[in-house]
Amino acid sequence: MRVHVKLFATLRHFAPSAAIGLPFEIDLAEGAAVADLIHHLSLPAEEAKMVYVNARARPEDWRLEPGDEIGIFPLIGGG
Amino acid sequence: MSTSILRINMTDLTYRVEEVPEAYKHLGGRGMTSSIVADEVPPLCHPLGPNNKLVFSPGMLTGTAAPTSARVSAGAKSPLTGGIKESNAGTSWACDLAVMQVKAIVVEGQPKAKGKFWGVNLAWDAAAGKPKVKFFDATEYAGKSLYEVFPKVYERFGNKVTIAGCGVAGEYGYCNAGIAFNDEFRRPSRYSGRGGLGSVMGSKGLKFIVINDDGAPGVQITDKALFNQGCKKMTDALRTHNITKPKGTLNTYGTAALINVLNEAGGLPTRNFSSGRFEGAGSIAGEAVFDGVKQRTGKETYNHACSPGCIIQCSNTWYKPDGTEHTSCLEYESIWAFGADCGIDNLDDVAEMIRLCNAYGLDTMETGTAIAVVMEAGVIKFGDGKGAINLVHEMGKGTPMGRILGGGTALTGKAFGVIHVPTVKGQSMPAYEPRAVKGIGITYATTTMGADHTAGYTIAPEILGVMGKQDPLSPEGKAGLSRAFQATTAFIDSSGHCLFIAFAILDIASGYEGMVEETNGVLGTNWSAADILALGGSILKKERAFNEAAGIGKAADRVPEFMKLEPLPPHNQVFDVPDSALDSVFAEL
Repeated sequence: MRVHVKLFATLRHFAPSAAIGLPFEIDLAEGAAVADLIHHLSLPAEEAKMVYVNARARPEDWRLEPGDEIGIFPLIGGG
Repeated sequence: MSTSILRINMTDLTYRVEEVPEAYKHLGGRGMTSSIVADEVPPLCHPLGPNNKLVFSPGMLTGTAAPTSARVSAGAKSPLTGGIKESNAGTSWACDLAVMQVKAIVVEGQPKAKGKFWGVNLAWDAAAGKPKVKFFDATEYAGKSLYEVFPKVYERFGNKVTIAGCGVAGEYGYCNAGIAFNDEFRRPSRYSGRGGLGSVMGSKGLKFIVINDDGAPGVQITDKALFNQGCKKMTDALRTHNITKPKGTLNTYGTAALINVLNEAGGLPTRNFSSGRFEGAGSIAGEAVFDGVKQRTGKETYNHACSPGCIIQCSNTWYKPDGTEHTSCLEYESIWAFGADCGIDNLDDVAEMIRLCNAYGLDTMETGTAIAVVMEAGVIKFGDGKGAINLVHEMGKGTPMGRILGGGTALTGKAFGVIHVPTVKGQSMPAYEPRAVKGIGITYATTTMGADHTAGYTIAPEILGVMGKQDPLSPEGKAGLSRAFQATTAFIDSSGHCLFIAFAILDIASGYEGMVEETNGVLGTNWSAADILALGGSILKKERAFNEAAGIGKAADRVPEFMKLEPLPPHNQVFDVPDSALDSVFAEL
C-alpha cells in the first residue's frame, strides 16, 4: 500500500529531497504499523517521538491504511 | 537597607526607596507585580489615567547564576482587557534591576503637561548603599522608531546600560502597545508584549528606564550550598532534555518549529481562525528559517540567548537575500500571527512586520490578529503581504486606520462588523486553535490575563507529549489540567525562570527539585513542591479578585460564540467544553 509521509525538524535528512511540509510517497506492506514505517525509513526510534496520522497523534502500533498522511517529528517545544 | 521597592512618581518627578514590606519579602516577578497592582490600583480606574500603576519586578532568581532565569515581569491594569495584567520578558535589564536588590519599581501618577516625555536613569549610589534616580527630558526620543532611538540612548549613557522603553504605539495609547527591552545585541527586540502595557508607560510620560548597575551589590543568596545544588539539577535537566538541550529543537529551529507540529495536528489557526491547517505552513516554519539563514549567510547558525545565563538559547535572527541582518527574533507566535493567521507564506514579509512591531513598540500577536480581522472584512485580501506591511505602517503613523487596528483585535472587529473575533476578555488568542486543542481553550477562557497560552500551557501534554500524552480533541479532565498548569505557571513566572524550563522539569523530576532548591537557597525558605503550587494558586486568586472588582467575572470566562457554533476543519469540531467545566477551574482552585 502507498502512504504519504512528511518528516520534520531533525528528521528531515532521512527524507528523499522533499520540500518542507510536502509529503513523499512510500510503499509499505498491507497492514503495516507506524513502527514499521519508522523502521522502513531508518529513523532513530529515540528521535521519532511524535507521529501524526491524518491529523491525529497515533502510537507506534497504530495500523496504517492506504492513502494515509503521516507526519513524524522529534520532541519539539516552543510557545 | 537590603532589598527595596523603588517608587517613581511621574506627577512631580520624584522618587522614594522603600523597604520591602514583610508580606512581599518572598515575592518576585508576577507574584510581586500582581500583589502590588491588586493592593494599590483601584480596579475601576482608567488604565491610562493617573491612578493606574506600572510595576516592574525581576524574578526571585533573576540576577543569580540560576540557568535561564533573566525574566522581568511588568504589571498594571490592562488597557486591552480592563483586568489585571502581567507580561514578562527575558532581558539583561531584568538582571541589572535584580543586582541592585530592587524587588520592584512602581511607576505612579501622571504629569500634567501633555506631549512631554521623560526618562529615568537608575544607578547605584555606593555611598548611600541604595539605588538612585535621575530624571531626564526624553521628548527628543518620542515619535521615532525604537531602532533609531535605542542607539542614541546607548550613545548618551554608554553601551553598558540596559534599557526598557515604549515606542510610538505606547505614546499613542494603543491597546496593543508593548514594552520593549534590549536583547544581548542592544536591539529593542525583547518584549513584555501583551495587554497594552506600553501604553500605560506612555500614559505616564515615561519613555525609558535606563539602568547602569555599576557597583551594585548583587542578589543575596541565603543558603549558597542549597542554591548551587538546585542550579546543578536544573542545568542537568535543561542540558539533557531533547527540547532544551544544546542543538536540541529549540536551539536549532527556535520556537517556530511548532508551526509544522500544530499544522499536522490540525490546530494552527489559519485565515482569521477559519481553518486549523495552512497550506503554506512549511514555508514559514522554523525549518524554513533555519534553511533560509543558512542559504543567505552561507553557514548553519544555531540560535542565541535572549538574555544572560540562558542555556536553552532559542532566539533567532533573519537575514535579507544579500546576507545582511533583517530582524530578530522570529518567534512562533509572531510568525503565526503575520503568517498563517493572515494567509501569508512569505517569510520576508513576515519578518518585515516583526521588525516594524519592534520599531513602533507593538505586540506582534495582537497586531497580526487585528490585521487578519480586517482581511476578513475585505480591507485587503488574505495573503497580501505588502498590504499587511502597509497596515503596520498605518499603526506607526497613527492614521485613523492605524488607530483602529492599534485598539486591538476586539475593537477592530467591532469597527468592521466582523463576527469572527478570536478574543477572550478583549485579548486575542495565540497560535493554538481551541476547537482542535480543548485544554488550551480552557486556559484562554479562564486565565485572568485574557486569551493567553503561556498562562497554562496544556499544549505540553496535549500536543508535545511532555508530561504524558493527552488527546487534544477531548475535553475530559482538561479543566483540572489547566488549573494545575495555571498555578504552576504563576510560580514559574514569579521565579524569574523562562517558562521553557517547564519542558525539561515536567519530564525530569530532579529538574523540578532543582527549581525548588534554587528558590529555597536564595530566599532561605523551606518550601516543598506543594507549597510552590499553593503559592501559584494564591497569586491566581489575587488576580481573580482584582478582575472581579473590575467587573470581569465568570461570564467573561468564555470563548467567542462562533467557536461553539462553527466546526473547524480538518477535525470539524466545535469548542464543546461545558460552561460548568470552565467555571470549575477557579471554583475548585
